[in-house]
Amino acid sequence: MTDFPTLEREYDIVVIGGGTAGPMAAIKAKEHNRELKVLLLDKANVKRSGAISMGMDGLNNAVVPGHATPEQYTREITVANDGIVNQAAVMAYAQNSFTTLEQLDRWGVKFEKDETGDYAVKKVHHMGAYVLPMPEGHDIKKVLYRQLKRSRIEITNRVIATRLLLGADGAVSGVMGFDCRTAAFHLIKAKAVILCCGAAGRLGLPSSGYLMGTYENPTNAGDGYAMAYHAGAELANLECFQINPLIKDYNGPACAYVTGPLGGYTANNKGERFIECDYWSGQMMWEFHQELESGNGPVFLKLNHLAEETIQTIETILHSNERPSRGQFHAGRGTDYRQQMVEMHISEIGFCSGHSASGVWVNEHAETSVKGLYAAGDMAAVPHNYMLGAFTYGAFAGANAAAFVAGREHATVDERQVAAERARVYAPMLREHGLPAAQVEYKLRRMVNDYLQPPKVTRKMEIGLQRFGEIATDIEHIKAHNPHELMRALEVSVIRDCAEMAARASLFRTESRWGLYHHRVDYPQRNDAEWFCHTHLYKAEDGTMASRKVPVEPYVVALAANELTAYDRLRVAPGHAA
Amino acid sequence: MAFQPQDIFFRSSAPVTVDADKCIADKGCTVCVDVCPMDLLAIDPATQKAFMAFDECWYCMPCEKDCPTGAVKVEIPYLLR
Repeated sequence: MTDFPTLEREYDIVVIGGGTAGPMAAIKAKEHNRELKVLLLDKANVKRSGAISMGMDGLNNAVVPGHATPEQYTREITVANDGIVNQAAVMAYAQNSFTTLEQLDRWGVKFEKDETGDYAVKKVHHMGAYVLPMPEGHDIKKVLYRQLKRSRIEITNRVIATRLLLGADGAVSGVMGFDCRTAAFHLIKAKAVILCCGAAGRLGLPSSGYLMGTYENPTNAGDGYAMAYHAGAELANLECFQINPLIKDYNGPACAYVTGPLGGYTANNKGERFIECDYWSGQMMWEFHQELESGNGPVFLKLNHLAEETIQTIETILHSNERPSRGQFHAGRGTDYRQQMVEMHISEIGFCSGHSASGVWVNEHAETSVKGLYAAGDMAAVPHNYMLGAFTYGAFAGANAAAFVAGREHATVDERQVAAERARVYAPMLREHGLPAAQVEYKLRRMVNDYLQPPKVTRKMEIGLQRFGEIATDIEHIKAHNPHELMRALEVSVIRDCAEMAARASLFRTESRWGLYHHRVDYPQRNDAEWFCHTHLYKAEDGTMASRKVPVEPYVVALAANELTAYDRLRVAPGHAA
Repeated sequence: MAFQPQDIFFRSSAPVTVDADKCIADKGCTVCVDVCPMDLLAIDPATQKAFMAFDECWYCMPCEKDCPTGAVKVEIPYLLR
């Protein structure tokens, strides 16, 4: 193993992931204390990494004074997530999100405003108005990059973080990883680490069968979930999967949030509206699934009733933001929004708290359950947090980590942890022969679909666990021919860890909740008496995966009885079709 | 003679292609190689031009959009087309 040098460095704070939350965390840490040495680490290149690599077409959860209040937003998310929320964490977002929005505005991110200069907020959610369009949102990564340079944040691209180092006191003391071009080993000592690694987006296999045709940016393989788990952090409500309604095969968002305020909607094969509200929730996905599988299926995005100018506006926004190759896909299939409805389908499963509620547990300070370890963005368990939540919690993580490291010394590096990780990382390079990572990944993710895709069945999930155990053995036989293949090989082990977490978390909660996200065919009812609680998954003393119930924290915003069930009434009543 | 393990490769048609006449990688440009989230592009040491080295495209477009000379074209991978 002498071929692979170890590069050792020391920073006060290391932020892993330079997509959305990460840059904000790094900037805010530095703002808190200019003297801090802060490193932003990315497996890709910060210029174009993460979920918003090509920008974003709007904010899904802006709490703008005059349009919504933090209390109202907290209530909406509590209801949308079937009551299982730490309201203090949601409220902390809601109270600070407008500050974040104004910060982004000052930096040069363009939000839609009306003729008076007020933010042009639209209603897409079931109850309140929180959607703020960004028709020119394609520049957001450039804006962030400029701020990173201005703040003199040090950046290391193309390094894959694989495990966290722990000190003798159990606190995080650094990061280990490798360069995906040179395979050099990186050992980075840190007094605090902020995980901003995005969703676990390569868990299920897209129905196209194409490995990298995922909804999420496929760099987001779930690295943060696996690193947090192995460092001893608790993960919350993982059984509340992310499943999204998408353009079939293309697998990008249909963007009902963009088209909804302009008159577009989700329709069945008769062109009829069947859900009252296009906001993504488990209940909405349940109705979507029911329609998709019924004689009224499949499901479509309907725009062909709209005026020419409106369609041109929609095309301009959707074909230049977030997933701009969408126009090319439609052209190839001969789909014109003026003539045809756009066929939709259901995404593969994933973990993502940005869209649902499955993430590494954090409190309202972005602290995980491991000392010195923070998390923000899609991977941190603040339900329905989306992009503005990633920025806001990134800011919390940066400021709080900066306060935490004040006066703190670096821990001594435990050489046993380093040796073990070096051996694990380089094993696929040192094997003479072996399986290709892509095939092991394909089989693993195909089995995730076979055994974990809701509606969930107990016996199927048990068989899935057995198969994922066998895949662990297959991983011991992967051969990597170069550092790029080594990156994919290490990602397979991350995906396998997430698959096991998904199965165990789902088996633990013996009820149905969150609509399609956790519909268990053999426990079809919601059972508040036993399961009105969070579930936390963690590594037990013996190294196995364990789960426990955690009570829902007392609400800070009271809910009226009729509000609690508002999201249960999403289906358009018969005879009231649009 | 015992059975020996053997690798076999299957062919794919690259969804990202580069116009070598327009590509200025030989002048030191590495923009497309830098911005690809999946790290799929590389500079061919023989021609000094960019090319797609790994078939794992997310059709996200930074390589095409950020290329200063319009030398990169992204097509939707065949399996999704």
